[in-house]
Amino acid sequence: MKCPEKYIAYMHEYLDEEISKEDALELKAHLIKCGDCHRHFQELEKSLALVKSVAHISAPDDFTMRVMNALPKEKKKVGVQRWFRQHPMLTAASLFIVLMMGSLLSTWNTEKALSVSKQPNLVIDHDTVIVPEGEVVKGDVVVRNGSLRVEGQIDGNATVINGENYMASAGQVTGDVEEINAIFEWIWYHMKNTAKEVVNFFEDKENAEEQSLGVAVFL
Amino acid sequence: MDAIIKKRIKQVLKGDQNAYAEIVELYKDKVYQLCYRMLGNRHEAEDMAQEAFIRAYVNIASFNIELKFSTWLYRIATNLCIDRIRKKKPDYYLDAEVSGTDGLTMYSQIPSDTRLPEDEVENMELQDIIQREISNLPEKYRSVIVLKYIEELSLNEISEILDMPLGTVKTRIHRGREALRHQLRNV
Repeated sequence: MKCPEKYIAYMHEYLDEEISKEDALELKAHLIKCGDCHRHFQELEKSLALVKSVAHISAPDDFTMRVMNALPKEKKKVGVQRWFRQHPMLTAASLFIVLMMGSLLSTWNTEKALSVSKQPNLVIDHDTVIVPEGEVVKGDVVVRNGSLRVEGQIDGNATVINGENYMASAGQVTGDVEEINAIFEWIWYHMKNTAKEVVNFFEDKENAEEQSLGVAVFL
Repeated sequence: MDAIIKKRIKQVLKGDQNAYAEIVELYKDKVYQLCYRMLGNRHEAEDMAQEAFIRAYVNIASFNIELKFSTWLYRIATNLCIDRIRKKKPDYYLDAEVSGTDGLTMYSQIPSDTRLPEDEVENMELQDIIQREISNLPEKYRSVIVLKYIEELSLNEISEILDMPLGTVKTRIHRGREALRHQLRNV
């Protein structure tokens, strides 16, 4: 083919719909004169028409289903994280409960040794705490992992955790007497105490009347 | 359409996997067609199209929602097909004659998985020839020709999908057209 290369370039510009008007006219004039270029151009158009004519094929019917089944499963972690993000209050509450239970259980399990609240006139005999006859113990008495024998007087509450409370006939407790053995009682006792402490903390600077009222309401 | 896609993508980003099904449904034919014309084989095309959708899902967080989703999806699919073509070193061709048989090719060994009505059967041969010639194009011309003449995308979009300058896309299309002219002029 002895025709200038530019006519081929024009043909492609034409097919890209980017040919200038003048070039298009020049190409047209040339194609009328030159049989070779005319054939070349026709072959180009024919091949493109053939390519465009291939039937459009569709994906198989179950394509979407298969893709969906092949997707990586949402990790449980992601689901849990999303739940946490959507329920911040519940998250905080459940976290609080988990930590609370954990610490309570560990205290319950680890504290096996006898412990008792500090009052000078309490007598300790092996695992029994004795309030001696004729003595008056001021304040609440708490005995853990041991028994309490009251022969004298306790000016306050008496609480026995994981032990027994023996009251002599002469013994006297001005406040409540409580024995805690089961784990749930223990937890309840702890919660009451915590609540009392919290209320005390907040109402420390207010008067005593309000304080006891607050505790009563809370309990 | 773009608004729907954007909405669905946002749902997917929030973790709603089911919203993705609608996206797949909208683009599956185009992606499958692209893969089929690139690879010339239905099974491979299905594998690659599936893989493209899975990759798009896995990487959806890296998709810029202000851009066109189809461009991004086509880019993933095209790259997968190009990788596949480059990796594939076929040691036999389906249309090669099976030794010891008289004119039988591997095509006769596999059942056709297309269900065609009677009147489409005579069309079949020409369709096959055209597809074979598309498959015979060098990979760098094949992708531009398929995107331009089968997916009917603009030159600008093709340059974005293939991540190459517009000038390169044009050159490849011109050469691709010349190659097709050579291959198809006697059909």
